[in-house]
Amino acid sequence: MIEVRHLKKGFDEQSVLNDISFRIENSESVAIIGRSGCGKSVLLKHLIGLLKPDSGEVLIDGENIVPMNERQLLRVRRKFGMVFQSSALFDSMTVAENVAFGLRRHEQLTEAEIAWRVASALEVVDLPGTENKNPAELSGGMRKRVGLARAIIYEPQIVLYDEPTTGLDPIVSDSIDKLMMHVRDNLKVTTVVVTHDMRTARRVGNRVLMMHDRRIYASGAPDEFFASRDPVVRQFVDGVADAKN
Amino acid sequence: MIFSANQRVAESLAGLGRFTLLAKEAAVSLFTLKVAWRDLLYQLFFVGVKSQTVVLITGAFTGMVLGAQTYFQFHKVKMDTATLAVVGVSMSSELGPVLTALMVAGRVGAAIAAELGTMRVTEQIDALRTLATHPVDYLVVPRVLAGLIALPLLTVESISIGIAAGYLAGVVLLGIDPTYSWLHMLKYTGDTDVAIGLIKAFTYGGILTLVGCYKGMTCGLGAEGVGKATTEAVVTASIAILITNFFLTLSLERLFNSL
Repeated sequence: MIEVRHLKKGFDEQSVLNDISFRIENSESVAIIGRSGCGKSVLLKHLIGLLKPDSGEVLIDGENIVPMNERQLLRVRRKFGMVFQSSALFDSMTVAENVAFGLRRHEQLTEAEIAWRVASALEVVDLPGTENKNPAELSGGMRKRVGLARAIIYEPQIVLYDEPTTGLDPIVSDSIDKLMMHVRDNLKVTTVVVTHDMRTARRVGNRVLMMHDRRIYASGAPDEFFASRDPVVRQFVDGVADAKN
Repeated sequence: MIFSANQRVAESLAGLGRFTLLAKEAAVSLFTLKVAWRDLLYQLFFVGVKSQTVVLITGAFTGMVLGAQTYFQFHKVKMDTATLAVVGVSMSSELGPVLTALMVAGRVGAAIAAELGTMRVTEQIDALRTLATHPVDYLVVPRVLAGLIALPLLTVESISIGIAAGYLAGVVLLGIDPTYSWLHMLKYTGDTDVAIGLIKAFTYGGILTLVGCYKGMTCGLGAEGVGKATTEAVVTASIAILITNFFLTLSLERLFNSL
């Protein structure tokens, strides 16, 4: 369970998050949407302790991670898998080495077991046989899939996605959406996805949170949220620019 | 203007504090964690084996020029056979460790800063953290350990080839008496000089790798940030090595003389 209480964060005196509070239950899937630069990714990074808030609390299974130092956070982070917007694959390693990274660091497995787990994870993300490729040889969509395989191979309880479909064509985006739904439904993980993509938010989220003006502006089940008549929600969902723009 | 100067001093002190914390974290990790031998071996190959060419060339030509220049001065006062003694002492306690460290700082310090800087701007360091891996354990410790092991070994090579090259320049090219030169070198170059050189090399190995790691892991965003971090790593490590050298020379000479 993830709980955020009165979270505040600013950079160089510019406030980005202001009094954010919400709760995500186990196995729930939440899509966080909002305009570019509204602080969605900053919020996501707080959930796994990559950023420290100026004030407020982030509780993971009831444990406040804000006062923890980097070494204490390692234990909590074993509950997480994270897929980055840029994929963030280790470019000095092959696909197999990337995917196996978490296993090699934290589990005592034989090489044969690791190879089998890597092959299975790559099968799940529909990239069988790519073990020996380098990240530079992969397309954007393939890199995202490898990032997802790396995040789920050690069966985390929570998977965070930072703009997983940004920069991908609609067909590849569709395949990534289906993968996220597959992981959500089959591995029963808690899912938090930050996205601009309304289709992704609608399909992957059981609940949608919209950020606006440094806080959670609206939230609700996808059907209810996308039917909202609130002008700010409608403007974002319909993709209408401000008159001055 | 005063505000700007104050700000610079404050930033420098904050940077020094962050560097000290990184060094402390690396030391804690070094003494408490199991070393990843595969990573350490790769770094030893990169820091040590791959630096040999540049270190050997530097050592050889430094030894030769030192031998030739010393001979030109000593020849005026008929002290030709003391030439190799000067080369031996200088290469062992000063030029060997310092020039090796400066060359390795240029090659390895820059490469470490560029690699870790690129990892930072492409979120690879954040990815490491999300995979429950401490960046200091995985990135810093193998590099610093490789520096601590490789620099003394490279320095031994540099000293050896420097003395051999000085001998060749003096004896073969300038015609100094080989027997007396060799005896004088053995007489005046002591174990202490070599020990001082190796202690210095060990220290510089730690400095240049830690500075490279620090600059890479704290670099600014984008290609400009990585480029700046790379330059700063070389400049900072070189200055730190030269300043440290002065204090090490004073303290180690006094320490060994008092023993």
